[in-house]
Amino acid sequence: MSKKIETPTTGVQRRTLLQGTAGILAAGVFPAIHAQEKIVLRYLGTAVNQDKAIAEKFKADTGIEIQYVAVTTDDVTKRAVTAPNSFDLIDTEYFSLKKIVPTGNLKGIDTKRVKNADKITSLFTKGEVAGKKVGDQGTAPIKVIFLEGEKSKAFSKTPTQFMSLIPTTYNADTLGIRPDLIKRPIGSWAELLNPEFKGKAAILNIPSIGIMDAAMVVEAKGIHKYADKGNMTKAEIDLTIKTLIEAKKAGQFRALWKDFNESVNLMSSGEVVIQSMWSPAVTAVRSKGIACTFQPLKEGYRAWASGFGLPATLSGKKLDGAYEFINWFLDGWAGAYLNRQGYYSAVLETAKAKMEPYEWAYWMEGKPATQDIKSPQGDVIAKAGALRDGGSYEERMGGIACWNAVMDENEYMVRKWNEFVAA
Amino acid sequence: MSTVIRATATASSPTRTLKAWWQAAPFALVFLLFFLIPLALIAMVSLWNFNEYELIPAISPRNYFAIFEGCSHLTDNGDLCVTLSTYLSTLKFCLLVWGITLLIGFSVAYFLAFHVRSPGMQTLLFVLCTVPFWTSNVIRMISWVPLLGRNGLVNQGLMGMGLVDTPVEWLLFSDFSVVLAFVHLYTMFMIVPIFNSMMRIDRSLLEAANDSGASGWQTLWNVIVPLSRTGILIGSIFVITIVMGDFVTIGVMGGQQIASVGKIIQVQTSYLQFPLAAANAMILLAVVLMIIWGLTRLVDIRKEL
Repeated sequence: MSKKIETPTTGVQRRTLLQGTAGILAAGVFPAIHAQEKIVLRYLGTAVNQDKAIAEKFKADTGIEIQYVAVTTDDVTKRAVTAPNSFDLIDTEYFSLKKIVPTGNLKGIDTKRVKNADKITSLFTKGEVAGKKVGDQGTAPIKVIFLEGEKSKAFSKTPTQFMSLIPTTYNADTLGIRPDLIKRPIGSWAELLNPEFKGKAAILNIPSIGIMDAAMVVEAKGIHKYADKGNMTKAEIDLTIKTLIEAKKAGQFRALWKDFNESVNLMSSGEVVIQSMWSPAVTAVRSKGIACTFQPLKEGYRAWASGFGLPATLSGKKLDGAYEFINWFLDGWAGAYLNRQGYYSAVLETAKAKMEPYEWAYWMEGKPATQDIKSPQGDVIAKAGALRDGGSYEERMGGIACWNAVMDENEYMVRKWNEFVAA
Repeated sequence: MSTVIRATATASSPTRTLKAWWQAAPFALVFLLFFLIPLALIAMVSLWNFNEYELIPAISPRNYFAIFEGCSHLTDNGDLCVTLSTYLSTLKFCLLVWGITLLIGFSVAYFLAFHVRSPGMQTLLFVLCTVPFWTSNVIRMISWVPLLGRNGLVNQGLMGMGLVDTPVEWLLFSDFSVVLAFVHLYTMFMIVPIFNSMMRIDRSLLEAANDSGASGWQTLWNVIVPLSRTGILIGSIFVITIVMGDFVTIGVMGGQQIASVGKIIQVQTSYLQFPLAAANAMILLAVVLMIIWGLTRLVDIRKEL
């Protein structure tokens, strides 16, 4: 091998080859520069929200291309803080705003440029569902949705012209159960630590969300009443983790999970019969033909919400493109698409216009399906006559007890959570 | 072989030494850019302060104190502090996995080197050993789940044969399954270097041992083991360093219920607590370096190679 390279002929060949490559590269570069007139938006978010169909439909409607950058929930925050120029549009959860906004990496979204801004559901703008206040423990969107100005690093308590995030999807999470293996009604968060399910329970191993589920259990068992589950004191964190450690030592948990697919596997293999779960995971278990219920509980739901934000440095055509995307997103087609997946969309009336009445009745009004309900991909996910878990939008979102949160004592909480994992 | 190279190197002219430096330069540069500088940065950040969203340059041992906080006494539940119990658990896995992979790796390498005579067959069997590496690490781990789970193949088999009445729970998400997966994943790292050392053993030594009346075990213990110790050492370093830093295997096979140092670092980085993670990484590095230093005390690896 080395001998060959030393011979002069091969040397020449190599040089011509290099020149050729350089030529090809140069030829390849020029069209790329011309093509920049078209707008390409880099969309940073988690894979769950990055639907290919949405990007395709948007491109067909406007000619603007969406380039998905898929990372995990925690990594979205990490990149927003450490690499704010690596995306043009961010899709992140409201609770991570407490970390992102103080860095000044996000631009306030001018609601005057968002056509349907005043139609965004009152859950976000007033903290109400159908005129009734819902639980606001934790990082409720109402606490962080408004900014004091376009370049503000502080949240405003009253509505302003500038929003930190425009909501995309939101939902209320609860426990998932296997009704065929449990064989009795489940009505309380306390059941997660019921010794009856020893070795058959699971909780999620994302500290900031797992601790909230644990807090729901602690309160349901009557051990302690929190002033704010989403912002515990050190003593409350100690107590919550102590309860978890005792349960773990008694062998309550079969596993902890971090990834959406892990929760699906645990449930469908029967390793676990009751666990913290996310709504699309329940759908995934069901689509395998296995009974799984997203069980409404009397203490209420732990809610989450995510939305679009704009990086502070975004300007010119890309900024216009981003606003165009937001306007398109709130215009109904995307909302209807998301509603059919079991999420809720930000502007309900535009989404309603793009859904069939029977679909709207099943997904949003909690009425029995008058015909088979299909997912956007065309799979039947509920037979005629079926009811949605948790009932109507009002029943479900009105039953929110707390929101995903970042606590003031976050560092201490993460340390204590590691203690639970190590115990 | 090595003595020849060393002799020419020392006797060479200055231009030759310069050439040698140039030859070493590319790798040295890569090493500097992608290892030493980042490492220095990590060491620096481990002394910084931080809050929810930013790192604050400082020189304070706060992160190191935070890691060892409460380690002087037992917790209320009668446990060691997180750091100590995590390191103990990681070391326990390290020791178990090292012992088992050494035993299996040595046996397989011995079989390949001394019992399989034809080089063609040797190559074939060697390639066979690498077959598990053709699929991704994660898939290999996950495929244990339907095998060892509560309704998995093993449990169905055991119950079908009437050996047990209820499913055996400790097969999955336990220390057992973690060690099993580690052994499955990393035995190869033992086989390769040991096999390599064994192939370099002069066969006439074995004949000499045989002629002198040594039994098979005596030859193994007094001739083969000492002569393949470089391979054993290199394999051990591979296995120990990988197990010390692993968090994916322990996470998946332990049902996320077993702590590992790597997992703690991962959780901390995902919550933007980089200085804490950096401090943890420095401690882990120090522990691993101490283990390797201890191992190289046993065998002078540079002399042997």
